[in-house]
Amino acid sequence: MAKQKAEKTKYVVPKSKFNKTYIKRYWQLYALLLLPIIYLIVFKYLPMRYIIIAFKEYKLNMPLSKMPWASVKGQTDALKYFKAAFKDIDFKRALWNTVKLNLLDLIMGFPAPIIFALILNELCFKRFKKVVQTIAYMPHFLSWVIIASLATQLLAPTDGLVNQLITHLGGNSVPFLDDPSHWVGTYVGAGVWQNFGWGSIIYLASIASINTELYEAASVDGAGRFKKMWHVTLPGIKPTIVVLLIMNLGYIMGGGFERPWAMKNNLVIDVAEVISTYVYKVGIQRLKISLTTAVGLFQSVVGLFFLLTANTISRKLGERGIW
Amino acid sequence: MKVKSTQAKIGDWLFVVICVIIAAICVIPMVNLAAKSLSGTEFLIRHEVYLWPKGFSLEAYQTVLSDTKYQRAFVWTAVLTLICTILSLTMTALCAYPLIFPGLKGRGVINVFITITMFFNAGTIPNYLLMNDLHLLENPLVLILPSCLSIYNMIIMRSFFYGIPDSLRESAEIDGASFFQILLKIYVPLSKPVFASLALFYAVGRWNGYGDALMYIKTNKQYFPLQLLLYNILNNVNAVEVAAQEGFNQPGLKDSLKCATVMFATVPILLIYPWLQRYFIAGVTMGAVKE
Repeated sequence: MAKQKAEKTKYVVPKSKFNKTYIKRYWQLYALLLLPIIYLIVFKYLPMRYIIIAFKEYKLNMPLSKMPWASVKGQTDALKYFKAAFKDIDFKRALWNTVKLNLLDLIMGFPAPIIFALILNELCFKRFKKVVQTIAYMPHFLSWVIIASLATQLLAPTDGLVNQLITHLGGNSVPFLDDPSHWVGTYVGAGVWQNFGWGSIIYLASIASINTELYEAASVDGAGRFKKMWHVTLPGIKPTIVVLLIMNLGYIMGGGFERPWAMKNNLVIDVAEVISTYVYKVGIQRLKISLTTAVGLFQSVVGLFFLLTANTISRKLGERGIW
Repeated sequence: MKVKSTQAKIGDWLFVVICVIIAAICVIPMVNLAAKSLSGTEFLIRHEVYLWPKGFSLEAYQTVLSDTKYQRAFVWTAVLTLICTILSLTMTALCAYPLIFPGLKGRGVINVFITITMFFNAGTIPNYLLMNDLHLLENPLVLILPSCLSIYNMIIMRSFFYGIPDSLRESAEIDGASFFQILLKIYVPLSKPVFASLALFYAVGRWNGYGDALMYIKTNKQYFPLQLLLYNILNNVNAVEVAAQEGFNQPGLKDSLKCATVMFATVPILLIYPWLQRYFIAGVTMGAVKE
């Protein structure tokens, strides 16, 4: 919306009234918007109707309004399923795992693209740089099913390439996939592997916009390669880093479904179950509809809170928010 | 002076070495998989295949390519991806274009209406119940409609549209072109880079996605996209069905078959993305810098 304000000052907004001539002139634009708006209403706003189920007893084939409010022993208790969720040891585990995996992702995954961009920036062979970039973008285009299977092939205890190398060098085979704590490492590592190249695009663009005179001035002052990296490049991309860091913090409660679902296995379920997989299992497979709607609502509301906070902080620091 | 330049050269080579290592980390998993998919059974059983195929054999690929199940899933996913990409690009343009007109009344309201959907999601179960009520469960349309517009991508396209000079639009208006004609004749042709970039994003998303199919389609297996089929096979879901297939009973061949199926699902994207590099780089930077 900051942007809109900028727009308003940039263009001279024609002051016209909402009358016949206006409609005659602009109706086509509203017609063009019709389909997207219908899409948003149906697939983004209509689902919100069902949120009420979190406070009700779900009954199959009954209209929403007729469903009775959630109750314990005849006493209406609309928050029953929220309380039930927080008594549920599986949900608490999923909540903890979601936060833990997201935080680890952030700690390991956030600096990786920055470091990679800095390294790329030091390459002076243009063609080589381009080849490295193309290769580094590749993992981003692989699906999580594929990445999970690559991990299985590469890290398997006996016949995986990595463990073969380790045992060949005299070490012991590492249970990358079967042992919970090692699995967490594999999960986070796969995330870094998938995203470090793609994430670097934005930092490279940011580096490219740094004034080259700053580098020349630093050279004149006798700064070497690393001094320039530290005193020119990093400060130059600091705004980008700050915005992305804050926005990433905003997604700390979020979490996709496909990555944990593809990477988990039965041996590590204690650390691999996150909210999205929990909701799928308990809600869609075991049909505890009210409970999982409540869980989903909790996640959405907390997620919204984090995002809005992140955005506000970002604005306060004088940076752009994401809207 | 001379000393300094050799120092610089050593530094350059240091970064080259680091980059070679990083690139190797990126490709080795794929190379390992490709080698396994092309290797003979006996070498796989003895765990002797590393980065180069041993006992070169195309048997696994022959099995995969002649299996009607994979053929069908491949064609279906390709058709699905094509439909989704075209539909999504159309929807994205329809949404982005009217919003660049400063004189459009209600633009602020519409922007808020759109932005809310970026921040608040009703959740998995409400979405599931909606699909149920819309009779979209088990319906192939469920793989197309719910994801046919991404607001993030719309913002990227809108940023690009903002970059097109207003004077072009205004002179066309004076010549009597309607807003729809202006979109088709001016904005779309001038926006090829952003269309290419977003087409790639949408296409990759659809080609790689399996979560929606997993949730919404259970019995109509003919509508499983390739990735879900792959997931089921790799994780031995429906183990009986899979074991019944010839090949999957022999341990070595099973491994090479798995690898060949993964290659089969991956190669199309790997062949396409390098050619669109300059477009998607523009797309990514536009989404972040302008907004």
